[in-house]
Amino acid sequence: MSDPILRLEGVHTDIAQYHILHGVDLDVPRGAVTMLLGRNGVGKTTTLRTIIGHWTARAGRIAFDGADITAMRTSDRARAGIGYVPEDMGIFSDLTVEENMTLAAVSGPLDPVRRDRIFAAFPPLRTFWRSAAGTLSGGQKQMLSIARAMAEERRLYLIDEPTKGLAPAIVSTMAGALRDLKTEGASILLVEQNFAVAKALGDHAAVMDDGRIIWSGPMQTLATDAALLERLMGLSMEQA
Amino acid sequence: MLMRLISGDSPRSRLLTALLLVIFFGLLFAPFLFPGVRALETAARICVFILLAASYDLLLGYTGVVSFAHAMFFGMGAYGVGLASQHMGRGFGSLIFGSLAGAALAAAFALVIALFSLRVRAIFFAMITLAVASAMAVLVSQLSQITGGEDGFTFQIPRALGPANRMGEFGGINITGKILNYYVVFFVSLALFLSLLRIVNSPFGRVLQAIRENDFRAEAIGYRVVRYRIIATCISAAVAALAGSLFALWLRYVGPDTTLSFAIMLDILLMVVIGGMGTIWGAAIGATLMVLAQTYLQNLMGSAAEATAAIPLLSRLLDPDRWLLWLGVLFILSVYFFPAGIVGRLRTGR
Repeated sequence: MSDPILRLEGVHTDIAQYHILHGVDLDVPRGAVTMLLGRNGVGKTTTLRTIIGHWTARAGRIAFDGADITAMRTSDRARAGIGYVPEDMGIFSDLTVEENMTLAAVSGPLDPVRRDRIFAAFPPLRTFWRSAAGTLSGGQKQMLSIARAMAEERRLYLIDEPTKGLAPAIVSTMAGALRDLKTEGASILLVEQNFAVAKALGDHAAVMDDGRIIWSGPMQTLATDAALLERLMGLSMEQA
Repeated sequence: MLMRLISGDSPRSRLLTALLLVIFFGLLFAPFLFPGVRALETAARICVFILLAASYDLLLGYTGVVSFAHAMFFGMGAYGVGLASQHMGRGFGSLIFGSLAGAALAAAFALVIALFSLRVRAIFFAMITLAVASAMAVLVSQLSQITGGEDGFTFQIPRALGPANRMGEFGGINITGKILNYYVVFFVSLALFLSLLRIVNSPFGRVLQAIRENDFRAEAIGYRVVRYRIIATCISAAVAALAGSLFALWLRYVGPDTTLSFAIMLDILLMVVIGGMGTIWGAAIGATLMVLAQTYLQNLMGSAAEATAAIPLLSRLLDPDRWLLWLGVLFILSVYFFPAGIVGRLRTGR
């Protein structure tokens, strides 16, 4: 793979006294969707949080678009072009939908064209534009969470389980929005437990176990190799 | 026009609007509606404490930073005016210089404390402010040559603002410099209060609210949380100092008990909590209620004790000397029934 947008080399992360990441090596290619897969508790969320700077890497190197960002502040990583959608949605519930979106446009006013594109992807956000974000349903909060990351041009999106706990109709809206992002050429690193969604969206896959990447390659290879899928993910082809 | 003046931050409740209008017009016409020294004293105190509580709300309610040094910043403004008037002579120049110097010193102190503590964790800020405020109170008591020690000191203000300046009569009320002084306190407090409203409703204020809710999320969007907290801390300290300057101007006296004591710090905290954190309007309600309770609760209890003299236990419970007990009971009840403060309760109707 040539010139990835993001490269992790031997990244180790501790949370308090626990050693969570044991030398993660990962390349995220440009203009593609990379699925970060694995069972619960293997370090997928910690990997995303280490990339955005919530946790500091104890050892190893994180390079974004060729620049070393390992010691960079979280806010500087965000301003460098990394959009982060956390697992808990991360919306500001005391603020309105509009205020959430305005805040997310850190480098200036929210571009009306971009806003209209977000409305097209997530129609409920237009309806509840002036409502407090805390009053939205779970699915609408997740839409807002992703929309907020889209409020500005990002070179890389880190998205943590966007379909978790959502109704099937909302999952399909979410998948549609992510597909649009992919079509626009965005680079995305996506943690997803729903393998059907992962298979539909992913170009590449990286599978984690025990704080390491144990396999990476084209999504197509993983999705069609029953033995590999069973060994890495504990899934049968029927379940996938 | 009015909405622009209040930065579009409407009270969002009819009852709250009515309460705020009563407070506003009550204070605006206080010298004419409530003649008498004590009433005017109470009105001026309400103006100053509304501003002081609002400045604290910027920190606690909008940024989620707990500080115990707010009374210290208040004192810096008060001593700034007092010392400037004492050493530079009576005059408006001394008042302005003392106020600005006090505000600048408070902001500088807040900057240093914030730089040392907010970079680590917000809780350290609370601990450090407690230590610094205690040290400052001791220092002011010890430096009696400069500060007047425990007794404080009186100073002269411009003649135009003194009670001896008689300017005529209006509506049966003698217009004196004291009333002019009251209006200086009122309008400067009002202007600064509206400025705080403007700040919390600006993009800067929205970032502060985002930080209060979840500082990591705000950081992950691209906001440097520490920088925002430090700026908010400095603004809050400077406004508290200006409130202190107004208080000193009104009292023509500064002393540790009236400006630096921990009791004042607790009062500010209670005003913000009772009124409703993170609303600014809550500061107006909380400060008015607290000052009125502190001033008139004893009288009210005296009347109640007299009326219930035939009932032995009740009359003793209502003895005016027990006013602090009842103030405490009122505080507990208000926190229990209005956990989001009076403004929060009135806005949500729950």
